Amino acid sequence: DEKESDTEDSQPAGFTDDNAAWLKPSGTAPKRKLPLDDDESDDENDDDQEGDDDDDSDASSGEEESGSEEEGEGGDSDEEMGIEKKSKKLEKKQKKMLAEADKDMKLNMQETEKFVLPSGQEIEKEKSQPPDLQIIQSRIRDVIHVLSEFKTRREEGRDRSHYTDQLKRDLCTYYSYNEFMIEKMLNIFPIGEIVEVLEANEVNRPVTIRTNTLKTRRRDLAQALISRGVNLDPIGKWSKVGLVVYSSSIPLGATPEYLGGHYLLQGASSLLPVMTLAPQEGERILDMASAPGGKTSHIAAIMKNTGMVLANDANKDRTKAIVGNLHRLGITNTVVCSEDGRNLPNVMKGFDRVLLDAPCSGTGILSKDPEAKTRKDAQDIQRVTHLQKELIVAAIDCLDASSKTGGYLVYSTCSILPEENESVVNYILKKRHVKVVPTGLDFGEEGFVNYRENRYHPSLKLTRRYYPHTHNMDGFFVAKIKKLSNDIPGQEKKKKKEKS
Amino acid sequence: MRPLTPEETKAVFEKLSKYIGDNVKLLIDRSDGVYCFRLHNDRIYYVSEKIMKLAAHISRDHLISMGTCFGKFTKTKKFRLHITALDFLAPYCQHKIWLKSSAEQQFLYGHHVTKSGLGRITENTGKYQGVVVYSMSDLPLGFGVAAKATADCRHADPMNIVAFHQADIGEYIRAEDTLT
Repeated sequence: DEKESDTEDSQPAGFTDDNAAWLKPSGTAPKRKLPLDDDESDDENDDDQEGDDDDDSDASSGEEESGSEEEGEGGDSDEEMGIEKKSKKLEKKQKKMLAEADKDMKLNMQETEKFVLPSGQEIEKEKSQPPDLQIIQSRIRDVIHVLSEFKTRREEGRDRSHYTDQLKRDLCTYYSYNEFMIEKMLNIFPIGEIVEVLEANEVNRPVTIRTNTLKTRRRDLAQALISRGVNLDPIGKWSKVGLVVYSSSIPLGATPEYLGGHYLLQGASSLLPVMTLAPQEGERILDMASAPGGKTSHIAAIMKNTGMVLANDANKDRTKAIVGNLHRLGITNTVVCSEDGRNLPNVMKGFDRVLLDAPCSGTGILSKDPEAKTRKDAQDIQRVTHLQKELIVAAIDCLDASSKTGGYLVYSTCSILPEENESVVNYILKKRHVKVVPTGLDFGEEGFVNYRENRYHPSLKLTRRYYPHTHNMDGFFVAKIKKLSNDIPGQEKKKKKEKS
Repeated sequence: MRPLTPEETKAVFEKLSKYIGDNVKLLIDRSDGVYCFRLHNDRIYYVSEKIMKLAAHISRDHLISMGTCFGKFTKTKKFRLHITALDFLAPYCQHKIWLKSSAEQQFLYGHHVTKSGLGRITENTGKYQGVVVYSMSDLPLGFGVAAKATADCRHADPMNIVAFHQADIGEYIRAEDTLT
């Protein structure tokens, strides 16, 4: 490089070979001074060249700078400073260019990205035609994008309600829900999460099985099943009996181990209420809605066939499934009956613990029952919540508050609607002397204390909610309630009146 | 629900002793509580007394099952043992048959056991003796009646039946309705 610069300096007039016609020596261009002399003049040169935006001039200035670096190697510190300054200048320049380019891109993007809501006419046209799912999907994404930063991204003259209405319509068509269900979903989940929730409801949760501890251990069962060709794993640290099955070459419901009662096919969320209930050996337990018997058998297994379990289900045909399951799993301490749950306090009272896995609308298990997406409406929900409230009162009346080891009720549903969950728990708090206690489950979302216009008792925070998209199990709600006294609030006053 | 009459008790114990011999008294005199047999809707239930007393509160129409159902009385008053009794027969029974893995599925579908599927058999099994059928991994699969004595089994053809099928755990899926 030193030679090059020397030769360039020594030939200012022109080249003496054939290329003289078109090749001009750099000496004719404005000369660049050495870095030692003038850092400022170099800066000036750079500033001049910035306006050019010419790659060639940049490259040549780069070359020149490298050449001059090598020339001036004699004096150290000054030159390093000079070199550093030069490279910093270059970097600054590059950054500025990049920033400008970015800004240009963004400006362009913003101009094209402004989302336009379809007009009334377009909506009518869409209704008459078969839906185009691609368009609807991209429109859902756009509307959510707009709603997340409404002030900056909105269209002029359109209200927030226009956007939300359009979103509801699109979600109904794309995921095949009816309007009532979509509204309920949007009431519970923020707009940013709604797509995740609905997508999770389309896919089935992984198959899970529970080891029957009366007949085998989880390790032995896992080994036996793996040797038959099942791909499985323990379900997580929170359960000692659960196994999740990834894939299986044989039908899980027909292996000799299944027939021998070593395990039971059960959803992961069904393990939670029994873990919360924590039955002790020798207690008297009631399971008010027990078909097909998964949770009942879990309770009996934890109690090791001691004590007594009363398994009730209002539907007589489904009690056959309970009997079959109990016998297969080797459970001997259970009595199965088919009474109306609301009538149970008249049949038998004085239980230590009660499990009420209430009949519900099933909004947490939509992946198993897609029809529920379109079938449910306000009347269904009202009917179900009325039944749940009656059942929970009966459950509390069956409990014995003075029980030495218990006095607990676990109320659970496979639904995510607060009308069926928090509202029912709130109702029983007012109707009887009870209180909500911690569930003992260390994961899961807390229950709602404020939901739209409702204000629930603050202890509702101790209940737990589970969602398919966050916990990869069916939507679920669990609450643990302790009975404080056997008296009934209304009837105390009657007794006092009679006495006086 | 009522206790068994003497005739019914005799029928049940006779059937049971075909499989477990004298160990029948172990079912009654248990160390961890008093157990008894009760009749409800023509079915025999084996329950501990504590549970039976609590189940007595439930009305006849609404009571479905209690403890373990051992079997039922047919319309002609004969006692038929169900697969649900297997958990109590298996530990006490004296004569056992082990099946090869290839013959497991056949038995679970309700077919009889042929010589080709026979893995092991206890010594001194008499002809028409009640036996409990196991898989090679010692999992009880059901029970049946030996068609040949142990000595005869050795000389039998591969296709000859060595044990008649009476009940197997596949019935939990095939015949779920008849369990109750």
